[in-house]
Amino acid sequence: MDFDSVALARGLTELTLAFHIIFATIGVGLPVMISFAEWYGIKKNDPHYILLARRWTRGFTITVAVGVVTGTCIGLQLSLLWPSFMKLAGQAIGLPLFMETFAFFFEAIFLGMYLYTWDRFKNPIRHWLLSIPVIIGSTLSAFFITTVNAFMNTPQGFKLEDGRIIDLQPLLAMFNPATPTKTLHVIVTAYLTSALVLAAITAFMMLKGRCGEYYQKALKLTMIASLVFGIATAIAGDLSAKFLAKYQPEKLAAAEWHFETEKGADLILFGVLDEKTDKIKYEIRIPKALSFLAFSNFNAEVKGLNETPKDLRPPLYVHYLFDLKVTFAGYMILLSLAYVLILKFKKEWTMNRLLLRGILIAGPLAMLTIEIGWFFAEVGRQPWILRGYMKVGEAATTAPSEHVGLMFILFLGLYIVLGFISTKVLTKMFKSNPAELELEKHLD
Amino acid sequence: MSIPLLGITVLWLFLYGYLIVASVDFGAGFYAYYAKWKKKDPKMVKLINRYLSPVWEVTNVFFVFFFVGLVGFFPDAAYYYGTALLIPGSIALVLLAIRGSFYAFENYGSKQSRVYMFLYGATGLLIPAALSTALTISEGGYLEKQGDTVVFLADKLFTSSYSWSVVCLAVVSVLYISAAFLTYYADRAGDSESLEILRKFALFWAVPTILASLFVFLSIRAHNARHFNSMLELDTIWMFGLSLVCFLGATHYIFHRKRYGLAFLFVMFQFFFAFFGYGAGHLPYILDPYITIYSGFTNETMGMALVVVFILGLLLLIPSLYLLLRLFLFDANYVKGEK
Repeated sequence: MDFDSVALARGLTELTLAFHIIFATIGVGLPVMISFAEWYGIKKNDPHYILLARRWTRGFTITVAVGVVTGTCIGLQLSLLWPSFMKLAGQAIGLPLFMETFAFFFEAIFLGMYLYTWDRFKNPIRHWLLSIPVIIGSTLSAFFITTVNAFMNTPQGFKLEDGRIIDLQPLLAMFNPATPTKTLHVIVTAYLTSALVLAAITAFMMLKGRCGEYYQKALKLTMIASLVFGIATAIAGDLSAKFLAKYQPEKLAAAEWHFETEKGADLILFGVLDEKTDKIKYEIRIPKALSFLAFSNFNAEVKGLNETPKDLRPPLYVHYLFDLKVTFAGYMILLSLAYVLILKFKKEWTMNRLLLRGILIAGPLAMLTIEIGWFFAEVGRQPWILRGYMKVGEAATTAPSEHVGLMFILFLGLYIVLGFISTKVLTKMFKSNPAELELEKHLD
Repeated sequence: MSIPLLGITVLWLFLYGYLIVASVDFGAGFYAYYAKWKKKDPKMVKLINRYLSPVWEVTNVFFVFFFVGLVGFFPDAAYYYGTALLIPGSIALVLLAIRGSFYAFENYGSKQSRVYMFLYGATGLLIPAALSTALTISEGGYLEKQGDTVVFLADKLFTSSYSWSVVCLAVVSVLYISAAFLTYYADRAGDSESLEILRKFALFWAVPTILASLFVFLSIRAHNARHFNSMLELDTIWMFGLSLVCFLGATHYIFHRKRYGLAFLFVMFQFFFAFFGYGAGHLPYILDPYITIYSGFTNETMGMALVVVFILGLLLLIPSLYLLLRLFLFDANYVKGEK
């Protein structure tokens, strides 16, 4: 098969982002969990929670390192692979990009301090305080970078004249219609995913028979956090759907295979589409639910995909991505709800192997959902790179395709190596120094 | 001062910051590997790690800061450099990625690995060479506009004596800056064995550094006469004079085993004056002859917004950096490894 520079540039960007997002998500969510565990441990004077924070922190360093270097990669790749886009949009998004590096800088400084000052202060609260700027830095950097992506979805705050941006209002560009829902969604799902990944690791250890108090506390903390962040995710998801209906109807219509504009539109779950005839088979149809999802009104009118010219429509396979992400998110939320209810009413069931297996699955599933969600969001705005202004094809590098292809292979190799070694280092790190051993040391 | 000039000055300042912190970092990786390889002094490896561990991530941010700022202030630069430098830029990125992550694998992983450490040390010398070519290219003559695309004339770069003189300077000055800093750090830690080794390195690399600087200075004349002449003008030439004076000050103190902290300050000023003299002469071009700081500048509004954010950001960063330095660099107990 022959690929042109555009397809290869897209492929390489997808590859880098898909790899980076794993570490970025952990980078945003994990500090929150670490900080909470340390704070709770100090408050309750419970060494178990302090140890949790310490061990999570140790693993965190590895993921941060990979997150930082892949983040640097995508930062530069934006200019290397999409020079025309950066030339144009750079005039409008320079501000949030710049602010993101400030937030990142702030985080980097305090992370170094946090990592190397355990036991250095007489009052443990002072060490805990250092985790606050880390959280602020990582969450703000997620916020700023997501506003850039939001701008690409709903650009505003400028006029275009001969390829140059005029009458720019930087804050209006940054706080565009997509900003509130997108940033909220990104931040809470990162928190949720990190909590579930930690819960899954704990469940894995418990399934292997390590059921001490330390693990039970870890599971309790992470699962309660999952429920809280899960509910926040559901709210953010609902707001996002309402945003789409209003500002990016073609994305929602493609996600729902909703072709004709109509009142009281049905929600389509799953199913298979015959792309030639636009006929849907094997679907579950919930009457009028799409209208309700989009506008909180069962009889509201929802714009169909037929309103969008054929060459400006996103690919229709985004429906599968949308359904998968919603289904998986539903599983995660129900699971954490179930756990919390069991914890409250039937405490002896919390060690149930089936429940633990369910939690074990939820961790990787959460990460997979992040990936699917981003693919849905990004593929769903095709063919635009800057919706309404610039198409992907006009933005890509004009370098020869074999050069871009070569770079694709180079980075693929890099990510395979980084992924493999970081997994190996992380597993080794915890296997060679089990919690029980460390606990003894600390309690003595 | 016009906004474009302010913008480029801010960026240049950050590039200078990166030059110093990254040189210390890159050279430290090399010396740490050297110490391990020669089995000379496990104390030295520990000493270097005590410095590097809390700051390696900060070093990386200086670089990110520079290129994000460049794209923000001068989006045209993204277009020219981005189109032309796909391959060399990507290779530099892969090297940076290997270096950053392998540092963490080596230091936070459960077992120390010699391979990880080798990669860390080796990339420390390759990266400055790779990154310095971006500066070489900015002199013009290595990029060509062909229709709607910008082409990087790689064979021209690889056969140019100017380009190699810059690479030479980058590598030797990394080793020199780093040795000068680590000499000071070893002195504070009271680690006299490491101090002796590092002091010798600092003195050893001082000579090639100054020779390479002179050579680069002269070879600009052959490559870009406009730049050379503008560096010779009265309002810039004094910077190179001061740079030389600082160099003499630094080597004087290191040679006489006195005041290593002051010596490192002199090293910083030596590079500060040379770097700003070079930069001042380069203006108004960012990429000779395609982009000047005026033609490539973003719109006024964004330029102002960036400057405002920059000032606010510094108000946040300077106290934080100060706290970081106080906890790790100026805390005698930490430096000695007692905390």
